[in-house]
Amino acid sequence: FQYHQFQVVGRGLPTETDEQPKIYRMKLWATNEVRAKSKFWYYLRKLKKVKKSNGQMLAINEIFEKNPTTIKNYGIWLRYQSRTGYHNMYKEYRDTTLNGAIEQMYTEMASRHRVRHHCIQVIKTATIPAKLCKRESTKQFHNSKIKFPLVFKKVRPPTRKLKTTYKASRPNLFV
Amino acid sequence: PFKRYVEIGRIALVNYGKDYGKLVVIVDVIDQNRALVDAPDMVRGQMNFKRLTLTDIKIDIKRVPNKKTLIAAMEAADVKNKWENSSWGRKLIVQKKRASLNDFDRFKIMLAKIKKAGVVRQELAKLKKEATA
Repeated sequence: FQYHQFQVVGRGLPTETDEQPKIYRMKLWATNEVRAKSKFWYYLRKLKKVKKSNGQMLAINEIFEKNPTTIKNYGIWLRYQSRTGYHNMYKEYRDTTLNGAIEQMYTEMASRHRVRHHCIQVIKTATIPAKLCKRESTKQFHNSKIKFPLVFKKVRPPTRKLKTTYKASRPNLFV
Repeated sequence: PFKRYVEIGRIALVNYGKDYGKLVVIVDVIDQNRALVDAPDMVRGQMNFKRLTLTDIKIDIKRVPNKKTLIAAMEAADVKNKWENSSWGRKLIVQKKRASLNDFDRFKIMLAKIKKAGVVRQELAKLKKEATA
């Protein structure tokens, strides 16, 4: 599924002692607005003495990628819970949009470390210029004359309707 | 052993999905499985290599050119004509034409086939006569 980035703004409800409570804004990733609001209250509870029952949501807007047609290197700092404790991590991804990079991060954490979505907290994200990338797996694509062959060709029918269980002859898998 | 490489400027044919049958230019490589792909009539976007089949045609462009330079480079390398004259391109054109025939066209083709077979058989009869004579 797609992860969307939301900007959520909220504050505690005004009381007699505090007429103008401080307004807090957070940038979040969630699959939909409802989940984003819920995550906002989760984080705010951990930072301030306010809950959804004595707070109000002021605004929630989706943030879209400015340049989805250019490739960027994203660095993501996260905090995740493993079976033994909490750890911090820094991961790099090459993608066209930040939401795509976050989706890559979630799937990679699930596959490499068996960490599910609710155990991951994104601390910070940034677009990294190519010189400052730390991981070899992203740096190997920083080549303006990149060239490699596609070694294995999988023969696919062009639509799922044309799929058959049995084929008349063995397909040719070379390139 | 390998003749067709994924490189910037390689022309590929889309073989799955919404843009099926289009010729696109690989404009940049995102990572091992995806490329930034561009064509004169579509917005620049990413595509998985599984959806592309590489062709022999390659044009000379720098990494991620803007639309104008891309169209100019495609004109300079004459991609359209090279593709339509290549055997692969011609086969695809014939396939498309066959799929879009109406009944009258099929009738015309039947007559043309009969005529062609008649001419071939006449030549064959002539050769046979010379062989036995």
